Amino acid sequence: MDAIFLARLQFGLTAGFHFLFPPTTLGLTLIIVVVETLYRRTKNGIYKDLSVYLVKILGTVFVLGVATGVVLEFAFGNNWAAYSRTVGDIFGAPLAAEAVFSFFLESVFLGILVFGRNKVSAKAYRRSAILVFLGAHLSALWIIIANSWMQTPAGFRMEGGRAVLDNFVKAAFNPSTVVRFVHTILGGWITGGLVAMAIAAWLMLKGRTAEKAAVLMRTSLVVFAASAILQLGSGHAHSIQVTRTQPEKMAAFEALWKTMDGAPFTVFGIPDEKNERTLLAVHVPKMLSMLVHFTPNGKVLGLNEFPKDERPPVLLPFAGYHLMILFGVLFIVMGLAGLWLRAKKKLETCRGYLKLLIWTVPLAYLANETGWIAAEVGRQPWAVYKVLRTSEAVSAVVPAGNILFSLVLFVALYALIGAAGVGIIFRTIRGGPGDVEVGVRKGEV
Amino acid sequence: MAAWDALRNAWFLLIGVLLAGYSLLDGFDLGVGALLPFLARTEDEKRSLIAAVGPVWDGNEVWLLAGGGALFAAFPLAYATVFSGFYLALMLVLFALILRAVSLEFRAHDAARKGLWEAAFVGGSVVPALLFGVALGNVVVGVPIDAAGEFTGSFFTLLRPLPLVFGLLGLSAFLMHGAAYAALKTSGELRERARRTARAMAVAFGVAFVLSFVMVWNYLPAALGKIVAWIFAAVVCLALVLFFAALKKGRDGRTFALSSAAFLGLWGIVGAIQYPNLVRASDPALSLTIKNASSSALTLKVMFLIALVGMPLVIGYTIYAYRVFKGKGDAGGAGY
Repeated sequence: MDAIFLARLQFGLTAGFHFLFPPTTLGLTLIIVVVETLYRRTKNGIYKDLSVYLVKILGTVFVLGVATGVVLEFAFGNNWAAYSRTVGDIFGAPLAAEAVFSFFLESVFLGILVFGRNKVSAKAYRRSAILVFLGAHLSALWIIIANSWMQTPAGFRMEGGRAVLDNFVKAAFNPSTVVRFVHTILGGWITGGLVAMAIAAWLMLKGRTAEKAAVLMRTSLVVFAASAILQLGSGHAHSIQVTRTQPEKMAAFEALWKTMDGAPFTVFGIPDEKNERTLLAVHVPKMLSMLVHFTPNGKVLGLNEFPKDERPPVLLPFAGYHLMILFGVLFIVMGLAGLWLRAKKKLETCRGYLKLLIWTVPLAYLANETGWIAAEVGRQPWAVYKVLRTSEAVSAVVPAGNILFSLVLFVALYALIGAAGVGIIFRTIRGGPGDVEVGVRKGEV
Repeated sequence: MAAWDALRNAWFLLIGVLLAGYSLLDGFDLGVGALLPFLARTEDEKRSLIAAVGPVWDGNEVWLLAGGGALFAAFPLAYATVFSGFYLALMLVLFALILRAVSLEFRAHDAARKGLWEAAFVGGSVVPALLFGVALGNVVVGVPIDAAGEFTGSFFTLLRPLPLVFGLLGLSAFLMHGAAYAALKTSGELRERARRTARAMAVAFGVAFVLSFVMVWNYLPAALGKIVAWIFAAVVCLALVLFFAALKKGRDGRTFALSSAAFLGLWGIVGAIQYPNLVRASDPALSLTIKNASSSALTLKVMFLIALVGMPLVIGYTIYAYRVFKGKGDAGGAGY
């Protein structure tokens, strides 16, 4: 195994594992802010109990995000020294800004959320929740700015082999930043919404704290359903942006081997990259042209337009993109079904739906991960699109053996903290809202 | 060009401020973590110490992330050389920080593996507290770098006498600082133990400081000509003397302030010796300096504005959070 492959694998695994937690934080902080706001309006203790419950879960999710996030701050120097030297003039700033504007905000006020409920007023507590929410979302903004610059670099010039900043606003708000930010945030809200709904569903199925479970279900259903529906629009806008700014990536998403006027949307298929064809393909004629150009005979560029050494791999982006869309559609259906059941006043009694909610939770995480894989593998062979190849971005001085060694340890450590973390989250959930005594064990406050 | 140089100087200073801020704030919780098994005898005492750092360690650690991010943004060539060159050492620090980040939360909520997570907190505190000094010692004494700015040594290059002594100096400073904080935040028998430990660690710090001086004298004699470094060395000595006095009088707040001052003095010495180098090379002509390793003037300017807006806010709400959690510990409070 060569160093480039191992470095990519290490980044992929560490970033992919990390990416389980921030979307959860985005969604949970939103629901906590909603619950705290409802508590202020109604003074109903149910909301306070729910907030206590969700903050406990958030606390565990958050430390897992911190533990796995620290690695990424230094990963570019470790394994991607050539990358850091070439584009550090632009790429370093958003990472630093993320720490200054969001990590501090999130961490300091999360301390107050988790430990300070009895030390600050209800008003200050609600404000702390809002600031954690704000910090988490600002963090997403800065990291998406950095990542979007790799997809659609702007606001720079090349000078002596290094990218040099020309215009900060253009670099930060490059052609893909805003749409990718919205898409990622909505992915987080769907995730957090679904997690909260599943928790409520589990409480209902167990017949526990019925009133609180119902309130949690209603609140999170609104977040989940609205986000799932909005995600349809944001996903569509994102696809149009990719078609315009990274056409070979869209060609890989759709396994479109040849340029076509009136390109079909491939619902299912198995891309065969060697022979440039899609096996068992199920097409909807002219649908892709319709979607990205709003006209049935619009021209969509195929992979044949691009030199072979500038084409992304097809299988992973294709599979990731299509799975993500499949899950996205499923979330819309489930959101609408939930709203319909609620209107019929059957939401709490339809056990089939409640069970389905619980089993759907992993799909929210899979949707985030597959979308991310499609986006980043679809960017290949570039680390920074048309600026720097991934193969030229690695650290020259780090031997493959060192990367492998650290990779093995990362996997072992992440398995350990992941398993323990999930165990703790499940135990917190089982403790239930407002009857925490049930969950108290020896030695725990 | 003049403006560019001014910005480079400002960023040299700012990164120093971020790292110093890190060592003052996360420094005490690293110290408390490393000393936990020595300071606390009972579960209640452990809980008191953990309650003293629980709400704040995470915000404290962000100073390191901010320092790392700022180094990347302002001096990307130094960031690339150090973190790819010191690969295995940095990985050890990262593994420690990963375990440490989850350890307190998991210790409180994963009863079956409580011992494991406690060990993770202690080990995860000791390893970075030792290795930060080793890493700093290396960039100060000089490392083999080629013309492309690539580190050409190995893991064992890092384990030379001066860096190792700097490692011990850093570790003793973290321990002294942590013990002083523990005394400030606890009461009774635990506080007395923390004060005795603080005294012992301050003695160790004094010894390590003298040893470090010998090392610098031997391996980096040019540093002895830096007047500013002598001034900061005097600050460290004065702070240490006053530290013993304050400790004796039981003035916990002042003791903690003085260990902070000693830490700041160390950073002053390092900055004075190091300027304008970021990473000294074994061949001085190849050293990475604030000039040849910096970002463009525009990037430095934008970053400066970000720091100018952001850092006062950070300092403001950090002070607010410390006021919320001020006073002696309360093991019976919310959380862990």
